[in-house]
Amino acid sequence: MAYTEKARELFQKDIQTIKDKGIYKEKRFICSPQDAEIEVEYPEGAAREKVLNFCANNYLGLSSHPDVVQAAHDGLDQRGYGMSSVRFICGTQDIHRELQDRVSDFLGMEDTLLFPSCMDANSGVFESILEQEDVIIADRLIHASLVDGIRLCSAQYDTFKHMDMKHLKKKLELHQDKRHVLVVTDGVFSMDGDLAPLDEMCALCDQYGAMILVDDSHASGFIGKTGRGTHEHFNVIDKVDLITTTFGKGLGGASGGCVSGRKELVELCRQKARPYLFSNSMAPPIVNASIKVIDLVTSSTELRDKLEWNAGYFRKGIEEAGLAVRPGNTPIVPVMLYNAKLANDMARDMYAEGIYVIGFFFPVVPAGAARIRVQLSAAHTKEHIDKAVAAFKKIGEKYGILGLDKKGIIEKYGM
Amino acid sequence: MADEMKEMVLEYVIDEYVDEDDDLDVTFDTPLISSGIVDSFSMVSLKVFLEKKFKISLPDSEATPEAFDTVDRICSLVRKHQG
Repeated sequence: MAYTEKARELFQKDIQTIKDKGIYKEKRFICSPQDAEIEVEYPEGAAREKVLNFCANNYLGLSSHPDVVQAAHDGLDQRGYGMSSVRFICGTQDIHRELQDRVSDFLGMEDTLLFPSCMDANSGVFESILEQEDVIIADRLIHASLVDGIRLCSAQYDTFKHMDMKHLKKKLELHQDKRHVLVVTDGVFSMDGDLAPLDEMCALCDQYGAMILVDDSHASGFIGKTGRGTHEHFNVIDKVDLITTTFGKGLGGASGGCVSGRKELVELCRQKARPYLFSNSMAPPIVNASIKVIDLVTSSTELRDKLEWNAGYFRKGIEEAGLAVRPGNTPIVPVMLYNAKLANDMARDMYAEGIYVIGFFFPVVPAGAARIRVQLSAAHTKEHIDKAVAAFKKIGEKYGILGLDKKGIIEKYGM
Repeated sequence: MADEMKEMVLEYVIDEYVDEDDDLDVTFDTPLISSGIVDSFSMVSLKVFLEKKFKISLPDSEATPEAFDTVDRICSLVRKHQG
């Protein structure tokens, strides 16, 4: 027992510092399956409330889809609960191979390797393919898991201003002396909902002989006319060298991720990626359910079409209500508030109106760019969206921000 | 020479990290990292610039957010490594 009182006090002080900064993450308990309508216990110990969920990554509404749930049951019955092994020892079943092949076909890539999560895929991919004489050039707003993966890799790295192609070009020129150059971006940026201009990025990569990796976690299943992702949207399917993505968002919502792309690069991940080599296989029920998800998204575009309509309908409603919204055309709609306390207070008031949304502020988003991030789902009905817009209008009016732009909100509440 | 270096670094910082619509007045002692103008991930671009421009090698142990927090501090670090 070496957990001394002194150590306890120091850790308690750390926790208190987080609370004092106003960035403490409170516990919220969902007491129902994940869906557009959920039952929530918040704060802890409070009575359960039925609310509409506008902050899940359940883009296609598949988290509790009956066909997906049934496929998970079938996987459990036919292939068991868990693998008790990493992939390369005795953790690969026929259904793991089948899912990999289906994902390769779906994304238009040569090969695919499953990981326990996309966080793991992003942690392992860079160290597997790059070394000291190589360089990674990354958009400054890429997901934290890519940042971690880049830091774990011995390659040099540099950054370019968010979606600034002139700046990327400058960096590609600067690093022409390196062996391999890998440009890294999110397909859809999770906090702003904007799309990386992959057509321009791929053209620049062609010009400078660079490879490109796209994390399409917030795009797979619904961006592009048949939902293949950001590379389909920009018509550059054959130009993207690597895609990392997740089965924990649009593609089902449980867990698991993958690296998909050029076969040599995927093979190197199979041989060298530490999260692949040292972490358990995806569980059979999730693998089987993910195959069903691929069936669903390839057999019809109904769900992604509905999501697209829902996102457009919400965006139009919220703009007409007079709230400041970051422009875009994805199911991620950031309602900009700039001030962290305002974002937190408004999110709490929205919950009281039966709308579950969360305020985001520094360090999750840049300082002075606090917002409520709204995420649409194909599971939302028109009535759900009308209710959310009405609640935003009511709460926006309470805080006197309707019709105000960035300058107006900052003048009233500060950054 | 010292002032020339400071001007050079300041110009790079503004060009590299400040957008035109940011409306920020960055000077030699403006906090860069602790204010959020430069995050710890994109700080690497500054390190790459300093090493190339001044032909030095900055060990990771010294290229810390504290040492990179203002143009003044950055220039002190560069001077130390110019020997």
